[in-house]
Amino acid sequence: MEFWKIFSKGLILENPILVLALSLCPALAVTSSISTALTMGLTVTFVITTNNVVVSLIRKLVNPKVRVPIYIISIATIVTVAGLLLQAYFPLLYKDLGIYLELVVVFAIILARAEVFASKNNVVRSFMDGFGMGCGFIIAMLIIGVIRELIGTGSLLGVNLLGASYPPALIMILPPGAFILIGYLVALFKLIVKYWEKRQKVREEAVS
Amino acid sequence: MTQYLLLFVSAVLINNFVLTRFLGLCIFFGVSKSLNASIGMGMAVTSVMTLSSICSWAVYNLILVPLNLTFLSLVVLVLLIASFVQLLEMIIRKFAPALYDMWGIYLLLIATNCIILSVPLINIRSQYSFALSTVNAVGAGIGFGLALVLMASLREKLVLADVPKPLEGLGIAFIVAGCLSLAFLGFSGMITI
Repeated sequence: MEFWKIFSKGLILENPILVLALSLCPALAVTSSISTALTMGLTVTFVITTNNVVVSLIRKLVNPKVRVPIYIISIATIVTVAGLLLQAYFPLLYKDLGIYLELVVVFAIILARAEVFASKNNVVRSFMDGFGMGCGFIIAMLIIGVIRELIGTGSLLGVNLLGASYPPALIMILPPGAFILIGYLVALFKLIVKYWEKRQKVREEAVS
Repeated sequence: MTQYLLLFVSAVLINNFVLTRFLGLCIFFGVSKSLNASIGMGMAVTSVMTLSSICSWAVYNLILVPLNLTFLSLVVLVLLIASFVQLLEMIIRKFAPALYDMWGIYLLLIATNCIILSVPLINIRSQYSFALSTVNAVGAGIGFGLALVLMASLREKLVLADVPKPLEGLGIAFIVAGCLSLAFLGFSGMITI
């Protein structure tokens, strides 16, 4: 139950992209198609989970004064590993992600989870936290990727869904479409979180 | 000469780092609330970007390449840039306190930021020479500053507008950035490198 709570908070209520508005570069840059969005999501999940475990393991050995450089070295090493793996097994996807894959190093969300959660909690809890945040990241990337690819090209993963008569709105796969779509999604998630908190309050009052 | 000029224009307008490459969005949305802060940030980013690009070029081409350690480039560059910015902050605080009062807080914010790291990475990927990488860095910084100042001017006007409740804050900022990006899209295709 407790683990589920740690895991699930990253999914919607503290969604790293749409609610916390951290690490926005990838959410806009690599979501023009589902395949790149999903690859990016999986890479980030791998990095954030592994890094949370590593940070949690060494949390008692690290001098608090130098903790941030140490976290950064750990993240950079894990990203290098992920990059080499992708390059070896999925060279095409690696090429599509371009420099954004290497820029995973400086995603605020990864350092933030290490600092806020993993440096104070045990390994299992840190793992669940990283995994939950990663899944929330994947969900947000997929939502954005599906909408952009569907409206922008009329097809998903190369399968035409909207019929030949649909004129693709090219703007959605170009940069401006990404900005405008995220603007509306952030507003939508704001409404959802507000509604959720209101319901939670009503429920607590009913209990007491 | 034309090569340098083309790269410069391309980095400032056509491949603008914020509006078409989506780099440095955290600073972009965080700082663009006031015009004065944006100008300071734009200058700080341009200078740090240029200096760190020079350092990274030297370390990558003079140390990592001869030693066949290019697979370590990411770890080395991240640490190099973060420590370089810290050093710069100390030097400025010691020798130019007036400058530090103006820019000091921005320096720490940009120590580990994607826009600063991305310039050396792009230089390495495109195998630019020393002069070309420096031009690219200066152009990227100026392009970032330009976008930031434009955005700040828009947002200062936006305060007076009546925005629907859920869109307030970040939501409307993204949509305004989208319109700005639409304007910059007009430059695309002007030059191809």
